Amino acid sequence: MTQATSEAAAAASEPVPPAGEHEPPRRASAWNTILVTLLAFVTAMAIGAVLIAISDQATRSAASYFFSWPWDTFTNAGHAIANAYTALFEGAIFNPTTAANGTLAGYLGPISETLTNATPLILGGLSVGLAFRAGLFNIGGQGQIIMGAVFAGYVGFHWHMPAGLHVLAGIAAGMLGGALWGGLSGWLKAHTGAHEVITTIMLNYIAYSLLAYLLSVKGFQAPPYGQAISNPVEPNAMLFPLFGSSMRVNAGLFIALIAAAAVWWLLKYSTLGFRLRAVGANQFAARTAGMSVERSYTTVMVLAGLLCGLAGVTQILGVNTQITNDIDAGIGFDAITVALLGRANPVGIVFAGLLFGALHAGGSQMQTYTPIDLVQVIQSLIVLFIAAPAVIRAIFRMKASGAGVGAELAKGWNG
Amino acid sequence: MRHAKKIAAVVGAAALLAAAGCGKPATNGNNGNGGTPSAAKQVTACMVLDTGGVDDHSFNQGSWAGLQAAAKDNPNIKPSYVSSNSQNDYTPNLTTETNKGCDTVIAVGGLMGTAVAKIAKANPNQHYAEIDAPSSGSNVYGLQYNTAQGAFLGGYLAAGMTKTGKVATFGGLNIPPVTIYMDGFWEGVQYYNQKNHKNVKVLGWNEQNQKAGTFANSFTDLNKGKQISQAFIQQGADIIFPVAGGTGLGAGAAAQASNGHVNVIWVDTDGCTSAPQYCKYFITSVTKGLTTSVKQYADKVAAGTFPSGNYIGTLANGGTGLAPFHQWDSKVPSALKSQLDQIKSDIMSGKIKITSPSQPK
Repeated sequence: MTQATSEAAAAASEPVPPAGEHEPPRRASAWNTILVTLLAFVTAMAIGAVLIAISDQATRSAASYFFSWPWDTFTNAGHAIANAYTALFEGAIFNPTTAANGTLAGYLGPISETLTNATPLILGGLSVGLAFRAGLFNIGGQGQIIMGAVFAGYVGFHWHMPAGLHVLAGIAAGMLGGALWGGLSGWLKAHTGAHEVITTIMLNYIAYSLLAYLLSVKGFQAPPYGQAISNPVEPNAMLFPLFGSSMRVNAGLFIALIAAAAVWWLLKYSTLGFRLRAVGANQFAARTAGMSVERSYTTVMVLAGLLCGLAGVTQILGVNTQITNDIDAGIGFDAITVALLGRANPVGIVFAGLLFGALHAGGSQMQTYTPIDLVQVIQSLIVLFIAAPAVIRAIFRMKASGAGVGAELAKGWNG
Repeated sequence: MRHAKKIAAVVGAAALLAAAGCGKPATNGNNGNGGTPSAAKQVTACMVLDTGGVDDHSFNQGSWAGLQAAAKDNPNIKPSYVSSNSQNDYTPNLTTETNKGCDTVIAVGGLMGTAVAKIAKANPNQHYAEIDAPSSGSNVYGLQYNTAQGAFLGGYLAAGMTKTGKVATFGGLNIPPVTIYMDGFWEGVQYYNQKNHKNVKVLGWNEQNQKAGTFANSFTDLNKGKQISQAFIQQGADIIFPVAGGTGLGAGAAAQASNGHVNVIWVDTDGCTSAPQYCKYFITSVTKGLTTSVKQYADKVAAGTFPSGNYIGTLANGGTGLAPFHQWDSKVPSALKSQLDQIKSDIMSGKIKITSPSQPK
């Protein structure tokens, strides 16, 4: 489903988009979206291949005698590209070498890594995407994730509770931490008009410095106080692993999928979701229709913060047992690209999160052959092409079909 | 549009041709992995780096240099590394290196301590080394550094060299790996005062008040470092000891701006190698012997012995100390130099007790 059509429908005060004669163009447009996304991915991988070849030492030395014996350049480049992308695949999907061990972890290890990496990205993407739909740009994922992790972590290592209860308390605390931090920006926007881009960024700095301080406070910091790292979370508070302790994928994945379903339901069927979309589509029209724009801003930022708080929960109760300065691991900002790629649509965000999770998981294997930064370059290229669909259409000579793909990306959400 | 395609093709071709020349192919075959059979067994040493990249002018770079130095001396050592982009990468990177069949996996960074302990327990036959955290089992070798000892010498030297009677230090963050240096520096100055009946003051840090002190809250913000240094200079300090990575380069810039009136004692690595542009202003550097100790460990592994327990870098084993004086060699009085030698042996013999609470045990 495309953003433009659904929001037009929302503005026309029709929560369920009309079927019938509008159906064929909508479906065609949806296919167009998927096709452009796929082609953006392929194009980014192709440019990535060129960069891999250039960054490969053997290819560069072969290029120095290119005109007398060009084949070396091509074979070396081919090897470098094949090695790097094979490693990417082996790190993210299936690795025949570890599978040969015959263990479950050997077969499913790479998939487990992909899902583990995707979990916080999906949650963060939902947070940014939900705020987008209400016309707000949440760049505060970093701060909200940090606060979620701090709250969840504190409950995790400082409270002592029975197994099931402890993890639930940790999740609730993380949601609270994120919601407070996100809600603060929403409240400021609603009551003082302070722009959420400014306040969320500033709150990122505050959360980061607060964490740095907490990591030097005894009781929060782990003994023997030799490093800026928190106490380890009790095993009772950890999200249980899905395929045994040899793989990292954990119940956090369910949290992410449940959250995606909840956001999908919220936007599609609930009154609140309708109000948020209406405010996002045209705040003046929404106000005229009797909706409280201020309340919507606060509410959506509370919800966005809550989702990022959950991302913080999966970070600290899922994969890392201790908090360091770097607990958000760049997810707060990657979430923006995930939301862009998923077109601020919960289903799209789940797939975008999985794709980025796979790229993250494969990236650490790929660095045997090529600099780790290249994965980030490929990710950025994908988003670049999606944000500028005209480029993809030009390269592949596709026909433009309506306003469709990426129109909202090109103009920005808040414009 | 054809133009886009053309542009893409041209950019790609130009990039390849930029490096291209008209030379001849090298004669050695590039499928030569079979190689000549060597008598000694090959060992693979794999390093998991902390965030910041392999070229961070500090921690990662120093550790990787140690492994490279070992491989240069002994071609049987096959070094490799993976970087971490964030805390999230510690466990997957350690797992990858463990599954790769490395003879030893060297984890660089104290924050990885828990992750190493966990994976080492799950893989009792795999050898690990962990930098900046204590050993957590018989298959983990912990490497830690008592840099307060080296910094003590730096503090004594600063107190002996100051003309204004005031020296200063600042840190990147108030965390023990940083404040251990500041403690040692402060103690060195106090010892100088006691021995020589002087009253040299330390700005920016007092070991007896661990919560206060001057910190830049950054290891990369050069301007902040310059600002702090200038504030110290206005208060009369003429020797500055920055313990803040790249932020410390601001002290170098401030020294340059003072026309040599103010000088710097560098930290971690030999400043004349890692930041040669300010070599003129570096009286010396208080070093952390990452390169030396990693090389020693790799050499032992290559010889077939896997050390266990803990290594603590001290003045005695070269794990910390003062770098050469370089351009200052002629300016440091020989009396002061011999006093430093005396103090060094007194610290080694235990005659001088260092009291920093951040020392590794």
